[in-house]
Amino acid sequence: MSHAPQPLGEPVVRREGREKVTGTARYAAEHHPAGLLYGRIVPATVASGRITAIRTADALAVPGVHTVLTHENAPRIEEPDDPVLAVLQNTRVPHRGWPVALVVAESLEAARAGAEAVRVEYDSADHDTVLTWDHPGMYTPEKANGGYPAVRERGDAEAALAEAPVTVDATYTLGGLHNHPMEPHASSARWADGHLSVHDSSQGSTTVRDTLGQALGLGDDEVTVVSEHVGGGFGSKGTPRPQVVLAAMAARLTGQPVQVSVPRRYMPALVGHRAPTVQRVRLGADRDGTLRVVSHEIATHTSRIKEFVEQAAVPARIMYASPHSSTVHRVVPLDVPSPSWMRAPGEASGMYALESAMDELACALGIDPVELRLRNEPATEPDSGRPFSSRGLAGCLNEGARRFGWYERDPRPAARQEGRLLLGTGVASATYPVLLSPSAASAHVAPDGLYTVRVNATDIGTGARTVLAQIAAAALGTPQDNVTIEIGSSDLPFGSVAGGSSGTASWGTAVHKAATALVRRLAEGGTVPPEGVTVTADTEEEASQDSPYSRHAFGAHFAEVAVDSLTGEVRVRRMLGVFAAGRILNARTARSQFIGGMVMGLGMALTEGSTMDPVYGDFTERDLASYHVPACADVTDLQAHWIDEDDHHLNPMGSKGIGEIGIVGTAAAIGNAVRHATGARLRSLPLTPDKLLPYL
Amino acid sequence: MDTIAWRDVTDAGEPPPSDDRSTFTLHINGSDRKLTLDHRTTLLDALREHLGLTGAKKGCDHGQCGACTVLVDGRRVNSCLLLAVAQEGAHITTIEGLADGDRLHPLQEAFLERDALQCGYCTPGQICSALGMLDEAADGSPSYVTEPGTAAAGGPVPLDAEEIRERMSGNLCRCGAYPRIVEAIEDVAP
Repeated sequence: MSHAPQPLGEPVVRREGREKVTGTARYAAEHHPAGLLYGRIVPATVASGRITAIRTADALAVPGVHTVLTHENAPRIEEPDDPVLAVLQNTRVPHRGWPVALVVAESLEAARAGAEAVRVEYDSADHDTVLTWDHPGMYTPEKANGGYPAVRERGDAEAALAEAPVTVDATYTLGGLHNHPMEPHASSARWADGHLSVHDSSQGSTTVRDTLGQALGLGDDEVTVVSEHVGGGFGSKGTPRPQVVLAAMAARLTGQPVQVSVPRRYMPALVGHRAPTVQRVRLGADRDGTLRVVSHEIATHTSRIKEFVEQAAVPARIMYASPHSSTVHRVVPLDVPSPSWMRAPGEASGMYALESAMDELACALGIDPVELRLRNEPATEPDSGRPFSSRGLAGCLNEGARRFGWYERDPRPAARQEGRLLLGTGVASATYPVLLSPSAASAHVAPDGLYTVRVNATDIGTGARTVLAQIAAAALGTPQDNVTIEIGSSDLPFGSVAGGSSGTASWGTAVHKAATALVRRLAEGGTVPPEGVTVTADTEEEASQDSPYSRHAFGAHFAEVAVDSLTGEVRVRRMLGVFAAGRILNARTARSQFIGGMVMGLGMALTEGSTMDPVYGDFTERDLASYHVPACADVTDLQAHWIDEDDHHLNPMGSKGIGEIGIVGTAAAIGNAVRHATGARLRSLPLTPDKLLPYL
Repeated sequence: MDTIAWRDVTDAGEPPPSDDRSTFTLHINGSDRKLTLDHRTTLLDALREHLGLTGAKKGCDHGQCGACTVLVDGRRVNSCLLLAVAQEGAHITTIEGLADGDRLHPLQEAFLERDALQCGYCTPGQICSALGMLDEAADGSPSYVTEPGTAAAGGPVPLDAEEIRERMSGNLCRCGAYPRIVEAIEDVAP
């Protein structure tokens, strides 16, 4: 190999790209062992109640149907930690769409026909599915998602609000949102010689292996879960989902391999969603814009079977300096599907509200919104008082303003018009925490000088293989073509989940540690034996250490919108994101992730809405014809840039996570631009024509 | 890394024709494939479950996402909306049929170079759709954003970014690779 070592940051082409563009990359539902059967989920058709009878005779009579699993005949499993996985164990229906049977057949067509022929009778109960601010079932939990305390108070927020010369008091309402990765959740399971093998569409197959083992009473060495290629997840594949349990059960019962895919329309009920939130933000400031108080209260929903609290008030704890602060989460259990992670849980919804409120304050004060944010930069983290390891918000705002041409704007609303189009610009900040989870890796060198690095990372489209090869090559001092990376199987050294923007940091720290240990071993001298030399490392210790620093990535979004004054349609003409996320390890794949997050934020702002129907008792927009993810024509001039940070308090690579920050703040920037264009401040998303037209 | 060694099978023990099943031939990527399939089998499921061609993806199974896009007699279609038996005699091109041996099709090269993909699940559909779209524009088919009189009668419609975005909007990408997809297609468009 004659290439120079590829330093970190180089725009290396993604390793599995060739398989993906030729269609040879195989995903979880694309394995066809002999005797494969197909499982089709039968969803509950009531929002609350109990099953009183399941009649399967008609389904079993459908040619090709092999068996029907119900709570009456499905294998019993140990109670899983995650209640959403306890399927076919009893008669309870906690929400519409809950799996009540699985039809297993020799073909997809027979499985579908069989599922339609299953007759289920219910004793249905009254249901309650609508979140309101003052719902009588609302309570204050101990913690919100991510382990954050639900309540944090500094100073006396109420007194400070009463005394502040200028205040904003605004309530923002967000409906549920759906992850909708392009690949539906799917699992193919097979039992052979007492060993369970599963291809699962997952963001972390070690967790799936552990969960299946616990539920089915199997040891780690009796289960293998492979997630080689994963068609996106955005959090919804970060935890095991019911289809993998169903596939394993059906494979055990039938003795044949079974594949279960979740139909697109069933996904919102089975794979989690971003919970709706009602958010009240109150800001109090001096007339020069100096914040005295930040208060952020959120109300959200969870299901009847598990407590999940969208941590939307958490980012307000670190964003801006203020002597007084109150951040509170409240939650109500309803007869709804269990919410879970969706790209930047907490930050995405919370920063929509906080950054919209900051814009409202800027308008009230007559201060430029970039300037207002710069004036409230904290010297240390407001909540903990810890110093920031690095804080690039001001740099992102300034660089973004310069690149965008921000200061050319006339701050007055509805001042720019092009024919029937009203034009405006908006800005918002972004943030995401730096997280690290324990992982393990091995590094092997063969006598020919070629290296193999193993870690159970998962590449959900992030380019994990590629960046881990770069990290390994840099640590080994070898061209990256000399490094083979093996990821995506629970048989490999354990890896953390591809979530929380923590994958590269977590796996990369383990890879770096194993690689540098191998380099030290080789430096001791001697020849490499025929079997090679292998060194393993894990990062339990690194991951368990509390940092004395507050560690976060930051960013700034700038958007220009055109609002059609006749139709109410909003189009984003251009959008710029500038990010400070430590060292960027692969410029090519990093740009794709930043832009991808911004596109999803554009969807949150303009097109993605999920209505909870109070009578039907479920989300009404469940497929891609009704739940509108952005399409190609929605995305015009969209750019991502970054400011290099040299932060020595992170990890050996000096990197912060980049998978989620792109979506944080995007919707606020667009909403603020719509307000600038029209003068209308809408406090709910998406900004669809029906909401805007009354103001035009 | 795939640590599960599963031997994939295709066309294993297909039952004979009956009232519900027919035998027919599809011309796929230059070769004839004789199949006996359930009349309900879609073209997408025929490719994925019976022919081992899993490049075409099932994103929604309802014609809403475009991940299953293939070319039938040169035109791009959502293969999840077509019954396989009704395609008897048709010439079908899938993503597996685009490269010439190890030499990638220029669109495949451009997608790779521009990083016009992340998870890769919509990618085969995007590339097949782009291939069909380039021919449609070359044949003079206007889109919603084509200004009247842009193309001479019967002549090609010039493809700028706006035209590409409009014509590619039937193929969803949840990773949000659209800007790079448009760049990749611009690299190949005349």
